[in-house]
Amino acid sequence: MSAVKLTSPKQLLQYREQLERNYDPNRTVITICAGTGCLACGCQAVTDTIRKLVLEERLDESVTVKTTGCHGFCERGPLVVIEPQGIFYQRVKPADVKLILDQTIKGGRIVNKLLYRDPQTGEHIQNAKDIPFYKKQMRLIFGKNGFMDPTAIDDYLRLGGYVSMVKALTTMQPEQIIDEVKKSGLRGRGGGGFLAGRKWASCRKAKGTPKYVICNADEGDPGAFMDRSLLEGNPHSVIEGMVIGAYAIGSTDGFVYVRNEYPLAVKNLTVAINAARQMGLLGDNILGSGFSFDIEISRGGGAFVCGESTALMASLEGKMGEPRAKYIHTVDQGLWDKPSNLNNVETWANVPLIIEKGADWYASIGTENSKGTKVFALTGKINNTGLVEVPMGITLREILYDIGGGVPGGKRFKAVQTGGPSGGTLIVETRDFDIHESLVAHGDVQEEEQPISLLDLPVDFDELTRAGSMMGSGGMIVMDEDSCMVDVARYFLQFLQEESCGKCVPCREGISVMLNILNRICGGEGTMEDIIYLEQLSQVIIDTSLCQLGGSAPNPVLSTIRYFRQEYVAHVRHKMCPAGVCKDLVSHAIAENCNGCHACFKPCPTDAIIGKAKELHVIDQVKCIQCGACYQICRYNAIKRVKRGEGEKVQIRAKEKWQPVSKQPATVA
Amino acid sequence: MNTCPDKDYDLEERISEIVKSYGAKPSALIMILQDVQKHYRYLPREAMEMVAKKMRLPLAQIYGVATFYRSFSLEPKGRNHICVCTGTACHVRQSRVILEQLERDLKIKAGETSADHEFSLERVNCLGACALGPLVTANEVYYGNMTVPKIERMLQEIKTRKPVEEPVGEVA
Repeated sequence: MSAVKLTSPKQLLQYREQLERNYDPNRTVITICAGTGCLACGCQAVTDTIRKLVLEERLDESVTVKTTGCHGFCERGPLVVIEPQGIFYQRVKPADVKLILDQTIKGGRIVNKLLYRDPQTGEHIQNAKDIPFYKKQMRLIFGKNGFMDPTAIDDYLRLGGYVSMVKALTTMQPEQIIDEVKKSGLRGRGGGGFLAGRKWASCRKAKGTPKYVICNADEGDPGAFMDRSLLEGNPHSVIEGMVIGAYAIGSTDGFVYVRNEYPLAVKNLTVAINAARQMGLLGDNILGSGFSFDIEISRGGGAFVCGESTALMASLEGKMGEPRAKYIHTVDQGLWDKPSNLNNVETWANVPLIIEKGADWYASIGTENSKGTKVFALTGKINNTGLVEVPMGITLREILYDIGGGVPGGKRFKAVQTGGPSGGTLIVETRDFDIHESLVAHGDVQEEEQPISLLDLPVDFDELTRAGSMMGSGGMIVMDEDSCMVDVARYFLQFLQEESCGKCVPCREGISVMLNILNRICGGEGTMEDIIYLEQLSQVIIDTSLCQLGGSAPNPVLSTIRYFRQEYVAHVRHKMCPAGVCKDLVSHAIAENCNGCHACFKPCPTDAIIGKAKELHVIDQVKCIQCGACYQICRYNAIKRVKRGEGEKVQIRAKEKWQPVSKQPATVA
Repeated sequence: MNTCPDKDYDLEERISEIVKSYGAKPSALIMILQDVQKHYRYLPREAMEMVAKKMRLPLAQIYGVATFYRSFSLEPKGRNHICVCTGTACHVRQSRVILEQLERDLKIKAGETSADHEFSLERVNCLGACALGPLVTANEVYYGNMTVPKIERMLQEIKTRKPVEEPVGEVA
């Protein structure tokens, strides 16, 4: 990395030209994804082996080894891509490295077994852009991730980094920038969806100095990790966006509030800020423009509520992260009572794009009121877990089936949860008869009305809100038939009860009461009045809570009651959990398709499973504590979760029907 | 509240170093306390008093912050730190089964530390490696797609490995 300090836009241009000249587009580059997802899969060992073997085999003259940010396809990690051909190897193990070097690097041949195989056609796909997971994506802000080392500022500069900043600082007036952002229709990506340009304008107009620009990287929503990936993989794009924003607003001080649980993001961001400072792209008199701005990193303390803007600012001041009522907006009085403009990581990363390519270009992507792309974290019961960046307005079906590859194991899709725990809402296939009935009972649809599928809903801010859901920060958690919706609602309430800061009564006490009721229902002791009471209490909490944590906390309960009333009724009236999740309502039993493989023996903590190898096994109903370990381990779907007390019955029937393995029809392993 | 275990160590010097590295401004308080905790594996009362003195902040504010945020503990943590991810994605993949099994194996509940200070067991909300769910981390090492039999292997591995002196943000 160079340590030259650039003092004018011209010098930056020259520096980039020099980088361009030194860059050989035909040189072989082995890139390894080193995002947290791939690191967790063991990519460090792969990287080490590649570096070692490249040195040993003296390939370092002709080959560059580079670790990059997240490529998004976390399910298939560790990922190795060979440029310039773009050969995409997935699930690479250290033992495969020799093969890659011998075959691909030296021999120019493809290693078929490491390629992605299309599950539908069975075809091996060589290039990432042809893989269905990537095909429908539009990777505007994640696109550069795969080509650059996030700790090397030169990579970012060569790929056109800081061009927008130069353009903004030298050719545009602050008002012009705000107009451009307004015109682009960029809305805050953190969840609220407020128009970024309008927020900037209010902050610019606000009286008081200094003004603060804050980047919210306290990504607390479980199941959402796009902000982390951006900070890890392309920290400079966030910095650049912040500098442009600060110039437009008239701020000199910036903060990035980042979760302490993201050590790699903190590390890469620190490296990036230092590098930008060293080159004169941050700090006093940026590129000789007379504008000064610097960024400080602040690590969070692990409180979910600090994702809320006022709580975050309290935390930045070194206090408890308690929110306050927002009758005075933070753009007027925020951090240390000074005008403060807070946007989320993804929002900041969009800014350089808008300045570089223009508001009209940006506004051409997406739907009428939601512009640009959105990154979603696709997780849960889905084949292709990972980060997907799609244009606004794409349908859920495209995201879940074309990109996500559907639900694994042939299970039935049930719901997708968007918007994190406090936005916690569910979008479901309403063609499902039960759900249609539930909606009729709720008064949402008429009985004779044709059920429509919410899967064909275009995904943007307004459509999701209309469907009783919300965009949130972009987590999408897919649930299948094995997920109990009452349990999911209870899960979110438990999360929020623990994370409630305790300042206002409705949130602190209300959520606890709701959680108690749900615990009762899941324990088989609920009554029908409980369901009505839950709905009433929800309304009170929504109306009276101080901040959005409480204000949206009942959402998961309300939406599950709305779409899955029959599951609540099953828990209350029939004392059963249809999905077999609620421990107090299920019994585990072994059905006749048990082939006596013995795999469930060891995990059973109470030695409740009896039976000889290759013979039908039986669960001792008295000893069984319903821990579910055997259910998780059984590959033959022989362990059944049935209504409490009916385990014995199932096992007696199994005994009658059971046949030795040789006569059993072949089962899928 | 527990007293500091290694009193002989020059507490004042250590805290001064940490405070100096960030500067004694209130916006750095959380980070300073995190570094103190990293050193002692918890926040001893003496250390909090010293931070208050060095930063010229009321002890009540330090105590408030230390008890408000999840990442701080006023009790010493175990030498081996096991976290079970219970984020939504892991939850729907039945992380509960894993957590309960670990509770039985280690004979402690989530949030507790074993009597011999060997293990701490904790639930965390999301580690962001959802593709690997259910996920467990032990001393910052990731164990993905956990099943009950894998737990035994993991615990064996931890016990045979040398205890980690200072848990730093390294991912293996």
